[in-house]
Amino acid sequence: MNGGKGRALTEGQRAERRLGLWLCAPAALIMVVVTGWPIVYSVLLSLQRYDLRFPEDKAWIGLSNYATVLTSEVWWNAFWVTLLITVVSVAIELVLGMLLAFAMYRAIVGRGLIRTVVLIPYGIVTVAAAYGWKYAWTPGTGWLAGLLPEGSAPLTERGPAIAIIILAEVWKTTPFMALLLMAGLAVVPEELLRAASVDGATLWQRFTRVTLPLMKPAILVALLFRTLDAFRIFDNVYVLTNGSQGTGSVSISAYHNLIGGLNLGIGSTMSVLILVTVAIIAVVFIIGFGTAAPGSER
Amino acid sequence: MSRAARRRRGAAAALAAGTALLPAACAGGGQAGVPLVNLYNAPQENLAAIVARCNTEARGRYRIVLNTLPRDADGQREQLVRRLAAADPGLDVLGLDVTWTAELAEARWIREWTGEHARQARAGTLAKPLDTATWRGRLYAAPYNTNVQLLWYRSDLVPRPPRTWGEMAAVAAGLAARGLPHYGEVTGAQYEGLVVWFNSVVASAGGRILDPGGTRVALGPPALEALTVMRDYARSKAADPSLPNTQEDSARLAMEGGRAAFEVNWPFVYASMAANKPDLLPHFKWAPYPGIHGPGASPLGGANFAVSAYSEHPEQAFQAALCLRDPVSQRTAAVKDGLPPTIEAVYRDPAMAEPYPMRQAILDALKTAAPRPKTPTYQNVSTTISAALSPPASIVPPVTLAKLREQIALALRSQGVLP
Repeated sequence: MNGGKGRALTEGQRAERRLGLWLCAPAALIMVVVTGWPIVYSVLLSLQRYDLRFPEDKAWIGLSNYATVLTSEVWWNAFWVTLLITVVSVAIELVLGMLLAFAMYRAIVGRGLIRTVVLIPYGIVTVAAAYGWKYAWTPGTGWLAGLLPEGSAPLTERGPAIAIIILAEVWKTTPFMALLLMAGLAVVPEELLRAASVDGATLWQRFTRVTLPLMKPAILVALLFRTLDAFRIFDNVYVLTNGSQGTGSVSISAYHNLIGGLNLGIGSTMSVLILVTVAIIAVVFIIGFGTAAPGSER
Repeated sequence: MSRAARRRRGAAAALAAGTALLPAACAGGGQAGVPLVNLYNAPQENLAAIVARCNTEARGRYRIVLNTLPRDADGQREQLVRRLAAADPGLDVLGLDVTWTAELAEARWIREWTGEHARQARAGTLAKPLDTATWRGRLYAAPYNTNVQLLWYRSDLVPRPPRTWGEMAAVAAGLAARGLPHYGEVTGAQYEGLVVWFNSVVASAGGRILDPGGTRVALGPPALEALTVMRDYARSKAADPSLPNTQEDSARLAMEGGRAAFEVNWPFVYASMAANKPDLLPHFKWAPYPGIHGPGASPLGGANFAVSAYSEHPEQAFQAALCLRDPVSQRTAAVKDGLPPTIEAVYRDPAMAEPYPMRQAILDALKTAAPRPKTPTYQNVSTTISAALSPPASIVPPVTLAKLREQIALALRSQGVLP
């Protein structure tokens, strides 16, 4: 669409555009109400001392909730755990996702079957899958725990528990990564690869010199989506450890303070901080790495 | 008619039906204007039978509708407080864990019991359970069932039950040396069960977590001793490797599965053993809860019925709650579901003898049982304690104690961040 340049709009075009805006208005208004207002409201809550159990103590306290959260050992532990889970799981997903994307794209026989099988983990509800992993790793009930030396209970120790959370996350979302990457593979022209091959490029050279540069936009979008998702990880952690032994993510912390502690002030502060972090990640990807929004011109 | 039009018609009909249902549901009226009393309670297998009897006895004055809360205590509390905070009139009678009374009363989400209702709720009720329903001298709930943990052991492996945590570790070491099942299960996961354990060991050492007013941290030397006892136990031969992830049910399963030689747990494990492993039952014995220098102070649990402040039928809700916890109801709960009664006379009922052979041990334990601290911020205090003590093998007594003092003080004022 290139209507942006038109100063020579006819009366009819202008009327059509007005109508278009009017038709969008209800949807835009609803978006503002259902997403804009909750964000503003949680910012307002984060500036108050507001514990549902002590309604009389409600007061505006400026930024002191932020001071409390940002000086708290609990918050920073959750933050670094979340960052670790995000970086490690997204890195593994990228490599595995790329391999799966190739397999799905290049498969000659049984393409439908491969694509279906790859997508199964993505189709299973995360909580149900997380319970599956939990029981599998619990001594006495689990087949995976049975493979470990007698007496180990991996979900009760911090390092192994985080590794299991990452494993569950990777297992669950690699298919999503593979799907996004496969869309990127489809834009690499076949002729270009054939030309490179005629010029004597090896398979690896064709991958790094032709396929990867052309896929860069798709890879960056896939990484952005997955990083934003991974940073807000909740369900896997909630089921597997519920944050015990210092394995909680920032979303788990926010949930415990908001819903368990009924502390709307501290809980909202955490939610706002998560939003800010997610926004920073998005900005870094878009400005720093030049990630383009899907569908835009770049 | 096109498909789309037919679908629209269908949707409109569904909407109309939905709207038609609304007024009836909102008014809370049942058939012929009988007020509906919504009971929200933890899952209990035979509660429906108790409700049915009360509905018959009510003779049309009210009709109780049973709604089941999630299985875990945190899930139950979350659902209740979220709806109470939103002033939801759909809740009438609430089955409360004994530790929630102060929080809900202070937030004015539950009604005080006064007059004739309070007299009936107090009549013949054991002192310890009654105290859990009281906050600042006022009664806020009617005790339904109580609970105390006992030491359960396999007499084929352990001929004489240990009396202290130290003796348990020693017995386990002896069994381990002979290659026999030797674990002593205890709720060591990072949740309320760990607080229950800590509270009892502190009480057994002669101390308490908070001062009696519930406003200041007590702890002190008894807590230091308790932390040492728990740390040593978690590192002993008695400790199951799963101890940092063990809850009541995993403890019961380890015992029934033959992995453990003893466990500390609530009396429901007896009925469960009888149902699941009848061949182990003749050797499945009970003894007082272990202490430090002798028998200890049992953890005190249980549930009480409160009436929501937002109930539209408070009078009927009070009556329904009284029926649900009367001696007949309590006997059903005890005999069928293994829940110890709060009315002393029910223990002497001949029907109790066979399913409840440990009833005298429960009454004895109730005399010295250790209630958990009373404070409106109990949830914060409890979360803080379980996070600080987990995993129990990593406790460093003086360091952990200092951390507990500082964090509980913050939690009492609902300041700081909850782990």
